[in-house]
Amino acid sequence: MFKVEDIRKDFPILSRKINGKPLVYFDNAATSQTPQQVIDSIIDYYSNYNANIHRGVHSLSQEATDKYEQARKKIQAHFNAKFSHEIIFTSGTTHGINLVANGFSSLLKQDDEIIVSALEHHSNIVPWQMLCERTGAKLKVIPMNTDGELIISEFDKLLSEKTKLIFVNHISNALGTINPIKYIIEKAHNIGAAVLIDGAQACPHIKPDVQELDVDFYVASAHKMCGPTGVGMLYGKEEWLNKLPPYQGGGEMIAEVTFEKTTYADLPHKFEAGTPNICGGIAFGAALDYMNTVGFDTIATYENDLLQYATKKLLDIDGLKIYGTSKQKTSVISFNLEGIHPYDVGTILDKLGIAVRTGHHCAQPIMDFYKIPGTVRASFAFYNTKAEIDALVEGVKKAKMMLS
Amino acid sequence: MTIEAIQHEIIDEFSMFDDWEERYQYMIDLGKELPLIDDLYKTESNIIKGCQSKVWVHAEMTDDKIIFTADSDAIITKGIIAILIRVFSNQHPKDIIDADTDFIDRIGLKEHLSPTRANGLVSMIKQLKMYAIAYQTQLS
Repeated sequence: MFKVEDIRKDFPILSRKINGKPLVYFDNAATSQTPQQVIDSIIDYYSNYNANIHRGVHSLSQEATDKYEQARKKIQAHFNAKFSHEIIFTSGTTHGINLVANGFSSLLKQDDEIIVSALEHHSNIVPWQMLCERTGAKLKVIPMNTDGELIISEFDKLLSEKTKLIFVNHISNALGTINPIKYIIEKAHNIGAAVLIDGAQACPHIKPDVQELDVDFYVASAHKMCGPTGVGMLYGKEEWLNKLPPYQGGGEMIAEVTFEKTTYADLPHKFEAGTPNICGGIAFGAALDYMNTVGFDTIATYENDLLQYATKKLLDIDGLKIYGTSKQKTSVISFNLEGIHPYDVGTILDKLGIAVRTGHHCAQPIMDFYKIPGTVRASFAFYNTKAEIDALVEGVKKAKMMLS
Repeated sequence: MTIEAIQHEIIDEFSMFDDWEERYQYMIDLGKELPLIDDLYKTESNIIKGCQSKVWVHAEMTDDKIIFTADSDAIITKGIIAILIRVFSNQHPKDIIDADTDFIDRIGLKEHLSPTRANGLVSMIKQLKMYAIAYQTQLS
């Protein structure tokens, strides 16, 4: 039985006070908080078996290697990848995207086409623009409607034999829209194009099955799903990872080196040059254990309840407009008060101990679409409560009173 | 009035407030009262790029003194701008260059100077000083 009061006890930071008020943490889409179980795994690593992995013959190194590779297997199981070597440890989602974009430099030619969506985070726009500059390929954009949903009929029209790659986020970070990625992947495969899904915003809320999705690449960050910062994962189908050249050169990624020629290591090490974030990888595994113990069905049901409650309460405030009104969305509410800059609202909320994000959320094209400078974004996690949402609603009312 | 005297005046004013709410309400009111910058000067080149709120600054020299006008699309930022203009506008370039900005800390607005606020304020102070340096070079 899910009891939020018990869950909250796992997160030491939630008992903090900010500006003299109890912290209300609603910036979960930027980074999630860390349960004691994950913090303990970090302490355990540095207290008991900190060593460099894969190359040492000594016991500590062996222990660290085992734990690190166990974490890879946990990630494999969580995402239901066919092989553990299809899971590449990265420094985060952005790293994973760049790794793939860089790999495709040698596979694309002039006039090939890449499709991205209008709902992308800058980290899923800029690497592809750079790839286009390098290869002469062209970038096409799936447009969105005012509800913040992709216009799928327009996507269908963009597809052609020139389409080689499609990049879409699973869930929009700015609006929370869940995109129809299964449909997009199916259509892409019909014409032989590869698909990368940015799962940074999806993984805190749902458990993606990469085999069921039949996706070619899937990327995520640990720090958005109760894990530490600086570590993430790239899933790639074995055949694709074999086709892509290595991203960075260094130790760990080689099989044999002479000054004439280097042969690369097998997957996954080919893409893991240098000493990785060992502790981070292990803590990522601990975070997945934690979230799976809570259970993703439980998380989805509870967070949806929070979303419905908050949406209704916020819309009762005169002059408040919510951006991103898709029926398929996660627990993210992007909003503005009429005539008031989101920065001002965020500043007042901070004074009340309420952490939200304000600004363009690294998704300027979406803000341009709505012709606004940005929004206030409140994003909820399974450790948030309705009482906290009440505090947010009162805070927004106060901000409105002070600012208008 | 010298920059220092104005700063003391502002510190005195802020010392009358009991809590953050009164302080912020005062800044918001200052923001509302700030004379708007001439639209002529709300140009792309006069914009100080903060991540979140936009800030425009224009400077001109009259009688060896720099007159600043400025605006922002966020009201709290505007309030802070109003305070900065009160301190730095209508002063000699050299005095602006030499002035410190500790008073911002002393009126409880230190958090707005942190780069993480991304409100362009740090850049704004830098910009005011840059104008002063430029005009000072013209004078000497």
